[in-house]
Amino acid sequence: MTKTFPGVVANREVGLSLRAGEIHALLGENGAGKSTLVKMIYGVLKADSGEMRWMGAPADIRDPARARALGIAMVFQHFSLFDSLSVLENIALGMPADTDRDRLKTRIHELSDRYGLPLDADRHVYTLSVGERQRVEIIRCLLQEPKLLVMDEPTSVLTPQEVAGLFETLKQLAEEGLAVLYISHKLDEIKALCKRATILRGGSVVGSVSVARESAASLAAKMIGEELKEARLRGDGKKRGPVRLEVARLDMPAADEFSIALRDIRLSVRGGEILGIAGVAGNGQDELLAALCGEARAARNNRIRIDGHPCARAGPNRRRALGLASIPGERLGHGAVPEMSLLENGLLTSYRRLGFVKRGFIRRRECRAFVARILKRFRVKAAGDGAVAASLSGGNLQKFIVGREICQSPALLVVSQPTWGVDAGAAQTIRLALRKMADKGAAIVVISQDLDELMSLSDNIAAICAGALSQPVPTDSVTVERIGLLMAGARDAN
Amino acid sequence: MLQLVKRPQPSKAMTYLSPLLALAITLCAGVVMFQAMGVSPGRALHAFFAAPLASKYGWAELGVKATPLVLIGVALSIGFRAGVWNIGAEGQLTFGAICGGGIALWLHRAETGWVLPLVLLCGALGGMAWAAIPAFLRTKFNTNEILTSLMLTYVAILVLSLLVHGPWRDPGGYNFPESRDFSESATLPIILAGTRLHLGWLLALAMVGATWALLARTLVGFQVKVIGQAPAAGRHAGFSLNRMVWFCFMFAGGAAGLAGIIEVSGPIGQLQPSISPGYGFTAIIVAFLGRLHPLGVLFAGLLLALSYLGGEAAQILLGLPLAVTGVFQGMLLFFLLACDVLIHYRIRPRRRMSSAAA
Amino acid sequence: MEILIPAILTVITAATPLLYAALGELVAEKSGVLNLGVEGMILLGAVCGFAAVYLTGSAAAGIFAGLAGGMALSVVFGVLVLGFQASQVATGLALTIFGIGLSALLGQELVGVAYQGLPKISLPLLSKIPALGPLLFRHDFLVYGSFAMAFAVYWFLARSRAGLVLRAVGDSHDAAHAMGYPVVRIRFAAVLFGGGMAGLAGAYLSLAYSPLWIENMSAGRGWIALALVVFATWRPWRVFIGAYLFGGITILQLHAQVLGVGVPAQVMSMLPYLATIAVLVLISRDRNKIKLNAPACIGKPFHPAA
Repeated sequence: MTKTFPGVVANREVGLSLRAGEIHALLGENGAGKSTLVKMIYGVLKADSGEMRWMGAPADIRDPARARALGIAMVFQHFSLFDSLSVLENIALGMPADTDRDRLKTRIHELSDRYGLPLDADRHVYTLSVGERQRVEIIRCLLQEPKLLVMDEPTSVLTPQEVAGLFETLKQLAEEGLAVLYISHKLDEIKALCKRATILRGGSVVGSVSVARESAASLAAKMIGEELKEARLRGDGKKRGPVRLEVARLDMPAADEFSIALRDIRLSVRGGEILGIAGVAGNGQDELLAALCGEARAARNNRIRIDGHPCARAGPNRRRALGLASIPGERLGHGAVPEMSLLENGLLTSYRRLGFVKRGFIRRRECRAFVARILKRFRVKAAGDGAVAASLSGGNLQKFIVGREICQSPALLVVSQPTWGVDAGAAQTIRLALRKMADKGAAIVVISQDLDELMSLSDNIAAICAGALSQPVPTDSVTVERIGLLMAGARDAN
Repeated sequence: MLQLVKRPQPSKAMTYLSPLLALAITLCAGVVMFQAMGVSPGRALHAFFAAPLASKYGWAELGVKATPLVLIGVALSIGFRAGVWNIGAEGQLTFGAICGGGIALWLHRAETGWVLPLVLLCGALGGMAWAAIPAFLRTKFNTNEILTSLMLTYVAILVLSLLVHGPWRDPGGYNFPESRDFSESATLPIILAGTRLHLGWLLALAMVGATWALLARTLVGFQVKVIGQAPAAGRHAGFSLNRMVWFCFMFAGGAAGLAGIIEVSGPIGQLQPSISPGYGFTAIIVAFLGRLHPLGVLFAGLLLALSYLGGEAAQILLGLPLAVTGVFQGMLLFFLLACDVLIHYRIRPRRRMSSAAA
Repeated sequence: MEILIPAILTVITAATPLLYAALGELVAEKSGVLNLGVEGMILLGAVCGFAAVYLTGSAAAGIFAGLAGGMALSVVFGVLVLGFQASQVATGLALTIFGIGLSALLGQELVGVAYQGLPKISLPLLSKIPALGPLLFRHDFLVYGSFAMAFAVYWFLARSRAGLVLRAVGDSHDAAHAMGYPVVRIRFAAVLFGGGMAGLAGAYLSLAYSPLWIENMSAGRGWIALALVVFATWRPWRVFIGAYLFGGITILQLHAQVLGVGVPAQVMSMLPYLATIAVLVLISRDRNKIKLNAPACIGKPFHPAA
């Protein structure tokens, strides 16, 4: 099957086959074309050319309703749930129109007991945790009694313990004859779960392999196209400077029902140190970034100190003046203005520190030189400083944003999801740049959902769960399992 | 069937072509409308767009009508860029006229040079005061500014009616609901002899220049654009949304108040129950038609001023109702909004899926 | 009692057009579309309804024409916003400006024409009940219709499957699209319903409330209806209460004049507008409440991209 978008071929002659009772992996980097393929299988997108056969017969899957009628069910990467509706209503929406509500409720309870997926049908979805939302999705799919279940990156939002529970459920389902198409870029998961894997790279199939006969390294090599260098970017711990960021007993009430309150956050970061903050999405990461960079302000000024200066009630500009730089997780719309040129986006966070504004007027020439420096140093591929941010690829834009902050030589950098949705090359550039900055004496806080990234990059690590942060500990001294428990909210007792 | 395909980059060319395309379609629709009304489209369009500009006086009238439209349109475009929806410019215009006009009436015996600047200043301040209410309610109580600013328009017009029916009625005016005429020193000077073109037109042009500089060169202009396009990025850059709401309302309120006092101390010369044929609302069309760009707004203001003049000419020459103007203006905005889709999308024929199973 | 019954009857007549317009807008907003053109649609409904009665003499034709007039204008809105991805705010404003102009143009021949008003339908037996009878069971078709419509909208949104789908579309159009629901078609239907209801509100104004045609006769009711939807935090039964509250304010205005209270007419006329602002402030103060109840997709454009 082939699918083209303006400017890119997302899928080129991709082929794939699945048997009943099989858990089949679809493996590939971000941007390899996995999501496009499954959207075609589920009828959300239409292929430009190609053919699908279902149980031996050609199938025209025009829309998701047709897919469901055939027995194909899908759990989306970003859940397709309706926040303001109840669990029952959400599930009813995926069922035929004449489904009886009361009977549906009983069936939900049956399924949730059978597969160990506890769920309250009357709760509103916005009150559920991410893991609970996924359960809603899965139950919604199982109610259709599907023959094929498609799961798009299901574990990116789960703690390691929740992942283990999910795998048990999936294995049980496969034994009952269900075919599962499992999409991921995480090798260890695929090793643990799947027998066969189809590997996508740059929109084409590069191999269909038996997982048992491959090592993680050989799978990775096929996926990335070159041998993965074992990257270890932790510092040697010798060049620790003075404490640059100190957060003490920071509380932030939730702005509304959809956000998380921060509770009693304590951390301190020295120059030369990278502190990693792990956590499952939606546990207060966005709120923590907002509190640290000044978008949200605390009630007491001394709760946050930068180089000793209290600034918890100061806004972003005052904190930047103290040496802080920050990079939000969302590139388009938060870190950069999508429809504005790189020149203007360069100005966004630098205008005060670098003096690009004089008497209210913007000094374009100085700003232009600054942006040129970012583009060169971080090898950003863009059509000059006049290109709009939205026209850059994810990796290039992220390099630009990271470069914009690093080129201001901050004393302290807070960064969220530095390599989320970024190709492997750009991710490596960004991680190296962060380490280099720390080696020069800056303090860095990395908030990330990618635990592997944090294990390789950070000197100390903590986990955030429901707005509370665990005590930071040296990364060398903990295991992934221990961090997983902390991500799930276990109190540190050691 | 046609299909919309998103362009990788917004098209610059379409940004400028779309208003022209919209204008052309509006004229075509006008032909159909006049045909339907039983009026010769040729004569009607001539009366609308050519007859008013046959003389120097006509051109000067264009400036007179365009003055409030450009003043308000330019200021509103700043707010619309920042995502601040001030729909109550008509009310701010009215309240500006009330405040400035009140000073003019109070000082009707004074014959010094400072009366006019004072009157204009009070007009602008009046508009700002009226605009401060929705700004305050939005920033303090999170109240939707579209609805509050609009409700306040009705209130301002009622306040004006109350005053000219009561305390400010001209004692020698045979009980008509009008104030006395403003004195010479509170009236705007004419800048082109033999016409009604007044100083206000120059103020409007100055406003266009100042706003252009503000948007293109200053940090405040940059903040307006960032907050309008990506509020979260603005917050991260340390721009205050509340301050921006206040700035937009004060800027537009001041401009609308100024436009109001210019109307009453210029072409009208006194306070009446009705001082504007909806300039504050038409300015919204002007702002969008002008691409929220000061120079564009200038041209759009002139075009819509022509539609007012044309409406009057068509009424005199062909006996057409004045409402035709409003229909024209509404259609123009519709077609513009429709054409704007071409900035972000291309239109191409929908292709059938070529899969074997199809 | 002598004063009270006419007073309550005035409340009903003042509340009915607001109720229609606000119910229509409520459904449109629940599907995720903000249509600020209610005022324009009311006016077009008013002039079409009145013109139809003028031409045919049939009240039924008038009501139908009012419905069709409002709906026709909402088609324009739907095509621009849902087909051409135009800004909902700008399009809604254009709709109002256009509706004011077009209705004035269409209605120029109708100014000064008299009409005796929609026939009252007295329900047999029930209308004979002392006090309550004339109060509740001696109205025209549109008043009964507004009660029925309020209940129907409540039932539709809270109980019916189609209502559930509509709410889902307003909550997350991407999710609804991913599940295979036709987002654009559902929204178009909601916009049409909103237009039709605004048209009925207009028909009620020109055929029962006044009953005559005057340029710009809706006098901001479309905007008040929009405010009512916020006031009601998007719940039908609260829209009902809100409409009657505002009807009450209108009659306060009328009766103060009759009773000769020494307040200028203009000040009394300001009351509905000031009350709208006050009510909006009270409701909006609690950001959480708005955020929890407002349809999450309201005002956002939807393009079914990759």
